[in-house]
Amino acid sequence: MPSEIAPPPPGTGPLLRARGLHKSFGDNHVLRGVDLDIAPGTVHALIGPSGSGKTTVLRSLNGLESPEAGSLEIGELAIDFSRPRTRAERAALHRASAMVFQQHQLFPHLSVLGNVTIGPLRVQGRPRDEVMADALALLERVGLREKADAFPSSLSGGQQQRVGIVRALALQPSMLLFDEPTSSLDPELVGEVLAVMTELAAEGWTMAVVTHELAFAREVAHEVSFFADGVVVERGAPAQVFGEPRHERTKRFLQRIQGPFGR
Amino acid sequence: MNWQLILDSVGPIALGGLTGTIPLTLASFALGLLIAIGMALMRISGSAVLSGIARVYISIIRGTPMLVQLFVIFYGMPQIGITLDPWPSAIIALSLNVGGYAAEIIRAAILSIPRGQWEAGAMIGMSRGQTLARIVLPQAARVSVPPLSNTFISLVKDTSLTSVILVTELFRVAQRIAAPSGEFLTVYLVAAAVYWVICFVLALGQDSVERRLDRYAV
Ligand SMILES: Nc1ncnc2c1ncn2[C@@H]1O[C@H](COP(=O)(O)OP(=O)(O)OP(=O)(O)O)[C@@H](O)[C@H]1O
Ligand SMILES: [Mg+2]
Repeated sequence: MPSEIAPPPPGTGPLLRARGLHKSFGDNHVLRGVDLDIAPGTVHALIGPSGSGKTTVLRSLNGLESPEAGSLEIGELAIDFSRPRTRAERAALHRASAMVFQQHQLFPHLSVLGNVTIGPLRVQGRPRDEVMADALALLERVGLREKADAFPSSLSGGQQQRVGIVRALALQPSMLLFDEPTSSLDPELVGEVLAVMTELAAEGWTMAVVTHELAFAREVAHEVSFFADGVVVERGAPAQVFGEPRHERTKRFLQRIQGPFGR
Repeated sequence: MNWQLILDSVGPIALGGLTGTIPLTLASFALGLLIAIGMALMRISGSAVLSGIARVYISIIRGTPMLVQLFVIFYGMPQIGITLDPWPSAIIALSLNVGGYAAEIIRAAILSIPRGQWEAGAMIGMSRGQTLARIVLPQAARVSVPPLSNTFISLVKDTSLTSVILVTELFRVAQRIAAPSGEFLTVYLVAAAVYWVICFVLALGQDSVERRLDRYAV
């Protein structure tokens, strides 16, 4: 794997630190003071009921959503959301992290290779030879080298999502954001996507993952935040949050999602 | 039927198509598309002023007859000191007309591209302009080919109106042949046949463009 796409070395202190994020859509106060810390090289799972604001938080981290208040630090970058974002700040936010969407959102008019290289070539202006070599190496890693010239519509859901992951990696972000990357896949395709994510975690990528795959969160995540009603109700190591949840909300959520027989 | 007249007239009439109707159509369509893209972008710009201007333009173009628009430009404008030859007048009127009709087609096509595509563009670091040019418009183009083909074929037929401002296109050639001979039925049927052939060929072209754009199915 080319050195440029290796994750940044673990440093000290959090790579990502969000404080007091507030966001409303009209009268709907969706984020009500969200704090989030993610240490370099760790996987942070965001879990919680539908509508609790997980996607909104993740989108805010990438600059796709603009909270009205709060602050965010990713590495050297520091954003104060109570002031309007400058163009440079927006660009820096997009540059700092890369996102894998729930509905992959690949560009249907571009080939797989086109999807992966358009950002590095057209936005980052990196040399073509290098971009192509990196892209093909990344596709090889996820087993899709021979699909480089295919269009996304000809791929299975699992393959599309793996291309989505490669598109994110090719941007050379300092962290990866996943919004329920497997929840729109047929059950038999979930495994291949989670396998790639598990590998990335083992390699030391810093990742924020919104997921309903509790087994994945338990095995792979270093930390879990449980969201409800726009705040983080509980956070801790997976063993603690899943094994001995401290809050009633967390307990009820876990019972509901795991069903009467547990997992 | 006067078979000799058919043979004698079909050549000049087809030539009028080649040297008048077709170049007029191509030039007006190209310019009209540029106007339409501009108007569509103004409509979705989020600026009340720009969107309002585009809305008024589209409403005027669609709410007034093509023939009247031609007369205003060719016979009306000289009164305020703007005198244009038949060809420029015709191209201006036709392209303004295409602009008005195609703007709504292009606007609808842009709006039909899912929001997630804009977001994916932003995520990879593209500006809104870059996302529009590289992500959204190429997909919108595919969506708008069928309705734009209809506009194009209507335009071919609308060029016949420019005969009244003395543009030497297919129909004006036919009129010139018909008048002295008195064989109106024969000559105008020949003209109709030539229009039909042009439109038939265009429809074939539309199919092949669509097939080429269908390499990816959305
Ligand atoms: N663009 C938007 N406009 C208006 N309301 C929105 C928008 N995006 C999200 N919301 C609302 O914000 C709330 C939180 O949504 P969000 O998508 O962050 O929840 P979530 O925790 O990701 O839920 P899920 O598990 O269903 O994905 C919901 O009530 C949703 O309807
Ligand atoms: Mg969500």
